[in-house]
Amino acid sequence: MTEHRSPLHGVLGEFETPEQLVAAAKKAREAGYKRMDAYTPFPIEGLSEAIGFRRSFVPLITLLGGIAGGLGGFGLQYWCAAITYPINIGGRSLNSWPAFIPVTFELTVLGASICGVVGMFALNKLPQPYHPVFNVERFAHASTDRFYLCIEAHDPKFNLAEVSRLLQEAHARHVTEVKDEE
Amino acid sequence: MSVTQPPLNSPQIRRLDPVLEPGHTYASVTDKIAAVVLTRPLGIGWLAGFTLCFSIVMVLFIAVTWLFAKGVGIWGINIPIGWGFAIVNFVWWIGIGHAGTLISAILFLLNQKWRTSINRFAEAMTLFAVACAGLFPLIHTGRPWMAYYMFPYPSTMGIWPQFRSPLIWDVFAVSTYGTVSLIFWFVGLLPDLATLRDRAKHRYQQVIYGILSMGWRNSARHWHNYQSVYLLLAGLATPLVLSVHTVVSFDFAVAIVPGWHTTIFPPYFVAGAIYSGFAMVLTIAIPLRKAYGLEDFITMRHLDNMAKVMLATGLIVAYGYFVEFFMAFYSGNKFDVFLAEQRLHGPYSHFYYALLICNIFTPQLLWFKKVRRSVPALFVMSLIINTGMWLERFVIVVISLTRDFVPGAWGRYSATFWDYATLLGTIGLFTMLLFLFVRGLPAIAISEMRELVAHEAHSKGDD
Repeated sequence: MTEHRSPLHGVLGEFETPEQLVAAAKKAREAGYKRMDAYTPFPIEGLSEAIGFRRSFVPLITLLGGIAGGLGGFGLQYWCAAITYPINIGGRSLNSWPAFIPVTFELTVLGASICGVVGMFALNKLPQPYHPVFNVERFAHASTDRFYLCIEAHDPKFNLAEVSRLLQEAHARHVTEVKDEE
Repeated sequence: MSVTQPPLNSPQIRRLDPVLEPGHTYASVTDKIAAVVLTRPLGIGWLAGFTLCFSIVMVLFIAVTWLFAKGVGIWGINIPIGWGFAIVNFVWWIGIGHAGTLISAILFLLNQKWRTSINRFAEAMTLFAVACAGLFPLIHTGRPWMAYYMFPYPSTMGIWPQFRSPLIWDVFAVSTYGTVSLIFWFVGLLPDLATLRDRAKHRYQQVIYGILSMGWRNSARHWHNYQSVYLLLAGLATPLVLSVHTVVSFDFAVAIVPGWHTTIFPPYFVAGAIYSGFAMVLTIAIPLRKAYGLEDFITMRHLDNMAKVMLATGLIVAYGYFVEFFMAFYSGNKFDVFLAEQRLHGPYSHFYYALLICNIFTPQLLWFKKVRRSVPALFVMSLIINTGMWLERFVIVVISLTRDFVPGAWGRYSATFWDYATLLGTIGLFTMLLFLFVRGLPAIAISEMRELVAHEAHSKGDD
């Protein structure tokens, strides 16, 4: 954290429907805000695009994990069966690769799955026990039936009054300041 | 429930059977599911059920302790029947687990909305079934404290696992399956754990769910990566689940024992696994929806669909039995022909006939809508199919091993008290874990139900 820790994290607008939230996010983006995040009880189609997230890196991480798992799995078996512990059974080939496929496959899936999940956690910066939005009392509704848009204070265009007005104009039910302190 | 029911064959019946009963909002689904975990007091039914299962788990502990003290000789296994109950139970349990992955992964990829309210507990069922399954090969080794020999690690003895053996494939397949099922389940749970954290009233609940939810805050950024990994895990789990029972069938099919050495085994094992797994999902879903009043979420539509999946996979299994017979006679191999005859007339033929009744004849009743719509009938049917699938594995393991190539190598097998105690004990363990699960974690995926509410609100009528 090199940034100066401002006591104001951002302004949080509460919406009743996903449509209002997506419209508000679009509006905020058109108004030039870049640093914002939305909080919704379930994933909403079109919201990532409205906020302007880039494509997720999770698929790439998963792919790399799968490749590493597969190569590692085959390599392990080849090394065991052909190099370090070769057993000559009637002169059969040591690199009996068809017999190595099941374990190679399993380790590919294992590598891809673990890397995908760990990658998702890392990209989402989880575990993260504290976050300023938790200070807002009504925020617990983000896991039930309310939809939130938070325009963050470190946005270069951020101005408390303007942001609040923008959220209100977008039909936010409540507009709350999010403080970064208990 | 509507007051006037139209005739069962009316075209509106599908309309009347939604995947979610109408009138639910984001808050109502959240309240109803979270309340089971957070606010509902422990009922006498739960306590009685848990106590019963817990005492059965004690039977398991006694059986396993006695086994460790005396060795596998306390079981009915002998030479030539070295596998016996341990492997029968292993294959049975692992098969049961497969329906959970099928529901959570394959139906997700196929965009089947009806999976939403049953996937969570079906995945839990998978995990618990895999735990029970994994126990059997472990204790069957006789020296379970040396089970780590099966993993490749640099030992001072300089020996390594034999990777050409299906038994080692099995170790990798089952442990990968267990791991991937667990992380898939946990990722799915994450938003729901956050929901519970936000709604928890007691401090201890807030702390526990707070730690488990890892700070998930329903952020769009979170969902963005989350959806990506969930889809990928579904895509990875789909071939995985097919591979696991394929590898289990290789344990048999790669051996040259008559009755085992056939190419139909992988697909027929996978179909059998899904068959028994769906039966187990029904066995769990029917009491669960009744006990916790979740009929709005697990509707007749779900039960009906599951019954149809059972019917379809049951027919594949029936085809598998037919092909086994056909190939035995068509091959002209006298050992295969003899084994097929032994199934019909040998000392274990009553198991085979019971299997045909349980797995092939009784499930044909599922063609009738009346049966598929009768909850008690489905419950009984699910128990029959689970029994049938256990008998199938018994027939495969025991009949082939007792009737090998040379009459001098023939034998007989009968299970002992300790065999039955261990099987019963794992059933207790499985049920006990389910009891703990329904009280500790949301048995239905809450965030997905909210998504379903949104979806239903947008697409009234089109389905």
